[in-house]
Amino acid sequence: MKIHEYQAKQLLSEAGVPVPRGIVVKSADEAAKAFEELGGAIAVVKTQIHAGGRGKGRFKEHPDQPGVVLVKSADEARENASRMLGNTLVTIQTGDEGKVVNTLLIEEGVDIQDELYLGIVVDRESGGPVLMASSEGGMAIEEVAAETPEKIFHEPIDGGYGLHPFQATKLAFRLGMEGKAVRNAARFLPQLCRFFLDNDCSLAEVNPLVVTGDGTLIALDAKVSFDDNAMFRHKNFAELRDLSEEDEAEVKAADTGLSYVNLDGNIGCLVNGAGLAMSTMDLIKLHGGEPANFLDVGGGANAEQVTEAFRIILSDDNVKAVLVNIFGGIMKCDTIVEALLTAYDKIGFSVPLVVRLEGTNVELARKMLNESGKDIITAADLTDAAKKVVGTLAQ
Amino acid sequence: MSILVNKDTRVICQGITGSVGLFHSQKCREYAEECQPGVNVFVGGVTPGKGGTEVDGFPVFNTVEESIAATGANTSMIFVPPPFCADAIMEAADAGIELIVAITEGVPVLDMVRVERYLAGKPVRLVGPNCPGVITPGVAKIGIMPGYIHNPGTIGVISKSGTLTYEAVWQLGNVGMGQSTAIGIGGDPIIGTNFIDLLELYENDPGTEAMLVIGEIGGNAEQQAAEYIKERVTKPVAGFIAGVTAPPGKRMGHAGAIISGGSGTAAEKIAALEAAGVAVAESPADMGTAVQRAMAK
Repeated sequence: MKIHEYQAKQLLSEAGVPVPRGIVVKSADEAAKAFEELGGAIAVVKTQIHAGGRGKGRFKEHPDQPGVVLVKSADEARENASRMLGNTLVTIQTGDEGKVVNTLLIEEGVDIQDELYLGIVVDRESGGPVLMASSEGGMAIEEVAAETPEKIFHEPIDGGYGLHPFQATKLAFRLGMEGKAVRNAARFLPQLCRFFLDNDCSLAEVNPLVVTGDGTLIALDAKVSFDDNAMFRHKNFAELRDLSEEDEAEVKAADTGLSYVNLDGNIGCLVNGAGLAMSTMDLIKLHGGEPANFLDVGGGANAEQVTEAFRIILSDDNVKAVLVNIFGGIMKCDTIVEALLTAYDKIGFSVPLVVRLEGTNVELARKMLNESGKDIITAADLTDAAKKVVGTLAQ
Repeated sequence: MSILVNKDTRVICQGITGSVGLFHSQKCREYAEECQPGVNVFVGGVTPGKGGTEVDGFPVFNTVEESIAATGANTSMIFVPPPFCADAIMEAADAGIELIVAITEGVPVLDMVRVERYLAGKPVRLVGPNCPGVITPGVAKIGIMPGYIHNPGTIGVISKSGTLTYEAVWQLGNVGMGQSTAIGIGGDPIIGTNFIDLLELYENDPGTEAMLVIGEIGGNAEQQAAEYIKERVTKPVAGFIAGVTAPPGKRMGHAGAIISGGSGTAAEKIAALEAAGVAVAESPADMGTAVQRAMAK
């Protein structure tokens, strides 16, 4: 689960990690008021969306307006906010459609002496969290990793204890810090790691981490996401979720126990099992089609779930044909066909439907399909299914 | 011959009093009875607080330790809910279980970090979590796979996926091949047993002639497996990678199936496997024939 920058900073601040003073606003007047309240000569107006690249991003409605700006007066804060709120910001991470901005964070200006990068992820290879640090603050870590990997330092984090102080100090010196900054890093870095562990994060990134003229460390930007599997331990995080940032169909699918990802193609797929669902998309592509989605109905696949799955697939206007690919194991093929036929009647299909079944009781299931009198195309095997569903589009 | 599961395997189920745990314990018992008539392979279950009771003929114990003392179990199949799964795995390891098969889906990643640390250095193997389990056809199955689609044979199957593995096993059957052992290792970012562990076991198993490796997008376990195959594996290996069409940054069902920061793509995994001499199936419909190709090389 992703959260907004302002939410991440609030949580970090509560965990003892220093962040700039800031005020969350939802209107241009509030933005002006926030500037006054912060009381400084400068402030930063930052759009709050679940995507990076905001500073370089531009608004569809105002092509000269960036998603992050430095302002020097309350009026300037108001003017910028009015060009941002309710409008659509396009960044390298949002795709061409962009994201509508509903919330802004107004922050005090910070005396920047040095900008660094910090990020924590779980590293599959070492089997634990790892803290990455780099002197290349403000840059995307993927770019640094590709171009100058020697500038990224890695420290494994003890999953129980967290980051040891010596590791923090070691990193601080490697990053070129001196004096008071090193002492502050010995506190800041372990606190950030503790935050990651305590909150079941899947990502915690501070980019940039700012070192001020007097050696203070401040998280100027923060990106945090949580492990969905651990939400049972953090019930309070539910209120941090911003549904307007998520794909409506994907949210609906998740609520029904389905796993769905919307894609750009025109052949909808309904499959049981994640691996088979991915393979089915690949198969469609291999035979000249374009998959419209990933959809795993899971092991259960009852009539209700299949109906909902069809609804979600067909709610995508691009879908011109649907392929159902089921390997019935413990869940028998005839049970699935029953669910399929019930769903078919409820939905009222307007596009061709190709069904490929294999596994337990497959003969009986095929017979049921053929005798149903419905306009369903049955396929003998995977390849036949892909050819048939792609073929329906050519007609 | 086989790996991990053989005629000495005796299994308890942690979480046997839950509906899913009981259902699959029954299915596993049926399969084992068919394969080894008169032998009691599934010897009981564990649910704290329900010790001393019985569920459909399975004796229930409070702790894994008690269940081992009473039944001589050496293997545990875990179906406990995600919040308690890590603890169940550690309990099994502490009690002296040799093989732990964790079926549970949805275990927090940081729980698995702690489990990995706990298991390090202990004489125990964990398969999973979030996996279909392990089957040695004709001997026993530990997990949720349909037993009857498998046939005893000489192909060692390793896969991150469930139904895709069934598909592969089905295709092997269609070309007249069976499995020495088929194992789903799970699609989570941190898992107990990886491709390399099993490649090594299959390589050393006289009953395995060739292997089928089924991977997917996310992480670099397949690339590491390719390196290992190149250097250490002498037997023929076939492979398939799911997710050529998966977009970056989107989780495709499995928690670990995500292309992040441009790495973990299917293309790089396929290239690595092919460079290691693996016969990679282009289509998921060709996994069976890919094994034939590998063996004909």
